[in-house]
Amino acid sequence: MNQDLDQKKDQKVKKMMLILSKATIDNVYACFILANGARMEGIEAEIFFTFFGLEAVQKKKLEHLHVATVGNPAMHIPTLLGGLPGMESFATNMMKKEMEKLDIPPVGEFIEILEASGAKLWACKLAMDMFHLERKDLVDEISDVITVGDFYQRAEGDNTHLLFI
Amino acid sequence: METTIAGQTIALNNEGYLTDLNQWSREVATHIAKEEGIDLTDEHWPVIEYLQEQHRNEIPLTIRKVGKSGIVNIKEFYALFPGGPLKKASRISGIPKPASCI
Repeated sequence: MNQDLDQKKDQKVKKMMLILSKATIDNVYACFILANGARMEGIEAEIFFTFFGLEAVQKKKLEHLHVATVGNPAMHIPTLLGGLPGMESFATNMMKKEMEKLDIPPVGEFIEILEASGAKLWACKLAMDMFHLERKDLVDEISDVITVGDFYQRAEGDNTHLLFI
Repeated sequence: METTIAGQTIALNNEGYLTDLNQWSREVATHIAKEEGIDLTDEHWPVIEYLQEQHRNEIPLTIRKVGKSGIVNIKEFYALFPGGPLKKASRISGIPKPASCI
């Protein structure tokens, strides 16, 4: 019995390494909720922001992320309608209202919560170079700009899981 | 499931949460906190009281709400109840396990 418990303990997830590569608001929230949920369970959490994922941590862009209304069959609106001007903003506002009801914070506040909970946030060096971004373009909660190799090194240790979003 | 704390019989569910807040006392909290590896200090009690009050008012708990309570910020909450603050603090407070994802 005790042996079973010990074994179970050893198999518990210890660290979640999340890679966010997209900036549609649904992907950003999925990533943040997974990271925050990990911290709430006493699991370590780190996020590597790469490619479009960097939009979620750019001071000027993070509050202007949208849900995709075109090429997103789950929206259940015809593609032609989804492409009309204002459609993305409309759908995004609807979604934000629903999220506020569930006490899900806006992106900027969510980043503060993640930092306060001990989650580590990293920006991808290659993507920063590609988009001509500098450290000062990013929120203060980003710990550092690192390479993918650095990120993998941080993933060392038993019961670490990597997740690409 | 039942257990005896400070000479009193306490009913617990299978995850170790009190099933009746009326059976809660500071002794019970101190005992459960020890099981969670936490020594309760003067800084813990206001948080515990806040959580119980929210529960009595049937307000679902989230980390965000606790952070905005004016009693602790999120960093302090994690420091007071390390390794799963909302769950551990709820258990020590004698209220049900929070069903929140945030």
